[in-house]
Amino acid sequence: MRHNHHRRWGKNGFLGLLAVALAALPLLTLRTAEFQGSDDQGKEMVHQLDPNYRPWFSPLWEPPGSEIESLLFSLQAALGAGVVGYAIGYLHARRRDRHESD
Amino acid sequence: MVRWVILVLFMAFWLPRQAYAMHIMEGYLPLGWCLFWAVLCLPALILGTRSLQKQAGDNLKMKLVLALSAAFAFVLSALKLPSVTGSSSHPTGVGLGAVLFGPMAMSVVGCIILLFQALLLAHGGITTLGANTFSMAVVGPTVSYLVFRVVHKYGFGRGVAVFLAAALGDLSTYVTTSFQLALAFPAPIGGVAASFWKFASIFAVTQVPLAVSEGLLTVIMVNGVMKYNPEVLSRAMNLAEEAHHEA
Repeated sequence: MRHNHHRRWGKNGFLGLLAVALAALPLLTLRTAEFQGSDDQGKEMVHQLDPNYRPWFSPLWEPPGSEIESLLFSLQAALGAGVVGYAIGYLHARRRDRHESD
Repeated sequence: MVRWVILVLFMAFWLPRQAYAMHIMEGYLPLGWCLFWAVLCLPALILGTRSLQKQAGDNLKMKLVLALSAAFAFVLSALKLPSVTGSSSHPTGVGLGAVLFGPMAMSVVGCIILLFQALLLAHGGITTLGANTFSMAVVGPTVSYLVFRVVHKYGFGRGVAVFLAAALGDLSTYVTTSFQLALAFPAPIGGVAASFWKFASIFAVTQVPLAVSEGLLTVIMVNGVMKYNPEVLSRAMNLAEEAHHEA
């Protein structure tokens, strides 16, 4: 049982490391890249295909500057991560309590 | 372990031609197409709402697993990851909920996430909400769900099935986005097909490592859920089947 528990985390840890490595790889190999978001390239392609196209609507509100934008992205990730942690913790504790009461 | 390394390397270096990453930008889709995709989303949103009520409405544990799935998608779509093309994009995170709650359930969740990003981050858009919901919250989860069922059925382990489901769901989202843009902006020479390859090849490489990452993270989450609640997956799948037969 204990051994199994250990292996499960070992495997998850390994998969997590793989994911981190995948994200880190471009940073290590592409020294000069800016890693800008890809929306702009999409816009350019639209203008290339249809030079007369004019966007008919613009965002109601835009984050004033990249710092505020990154704040909002961080908030989104933080809120989500909080809920993920809470749910996993709750499910875990609930199961443990039930085992103890049996 | 070795099996996973081979699978990941294979996925990372086998580069299918696919798609333009991120969502369709505000104002960059003609009104007719905006309405067309929005209408196509409606059945999925209605079915999804019913499916969620049925699966999580009366059950605290399932509500928590649903909150977990929604929050996971929230986190993943906030992470802009660097890719081998030197630009960055973000995963979708809806594969987890699709595997646990069936193909329609995540349409509602995805739509809410897209609305949040359109209003607060100027990412995607209100006018393009229908088109983006269709690609990220209807096609993506549906592909994830079907891939999971098929791979699982053919005797592969749960891990491999979940990995492929999430990764291919992610890719299919961006293939759909390319297709939507191509329909709206056919190339003067070669029409929709030429246009599709243009949009799809802008990010031919960008989304692949992200899809692989999304697959890996989703496997970790499913392992975490299953460790404490092994009945969640089977229950969700049974219910999804029932809902499927009723619909």
